Amino acid sequence: MDVLDRIKEQVESNPVIIYMKGTPKMPMCGFSSRAAEALMQCEREFAFVNILADQEIFQNLPRFADWPTFPQLYINGELVGGCDITLELFESGELQKMVHNAVDNAAG
Amino acid sequence: MSVQESISKKLQESFKPSFLQVLNESSMHNVPPGSESHFKVTVVSEQFEGKTLVARHRMVNGCLNHELSGPLHALAIHTYTCKEWDKRQAQSPDSPACLGGSKAS
Repeated sequence: MDVLDRIKEQVESNPVIIYMKGTPKMPMCGFSSRAAEALMQCEREFAFVNILADQEIFQNLPRFADWPTFPQLYINGELVGGCDITLELFESGELQKMVHNAVDNAAG
Repeated sequence: MSVQESISKKLQESFKPSFLQVLNESSMHNVPPGSESHFKVTVVSEQFEGKTLVARHRMVNGCLNHELSGPLHALAIHTYTCKEWDKRQAQSPDSPACLGGSKAS
């Protein structure tokens, strides 16, 4: 499968997914760490891809949604943004609502 | 022209900001002294009025496309309208410490 199709399938089959450096429990970048930390505080399960463990995704993710940096958060298949946007939405309480809606609706 | 000067000049020309701060935060990261790899920009401009955060960040990323495809490895972006900036009492958030992850080649 082409790498862009693989990314598309991931963001469409997971209501909340973050592409990050490292894992939520062992992040390898301060920006990824903060974004994952905010997601963990949303009290719903989310998917993650450690881009350091998948060079193909690492190299190609920037052109998937025309977004040059990591981490990247997707909710319901749409790019929400990187670390700064994730934190800004979290601080305003908006991220929690978005995550709850996405996960609860997916669960039916 | 240094990367810092080039970022400042481009943001100044594109956004005509009422406040612009371009901070070189490379020394917070695992790079040689004097590097220009990690920056934080705070841009206050009326051009962000009515735009989503993703749209605003795309505007900034697009403006710095050349730098992002070259020496610039990390870019923290904080965008506000004048009204939002007043509400924040003219403060943008601090950037995180590095945790050692590598860069895409």
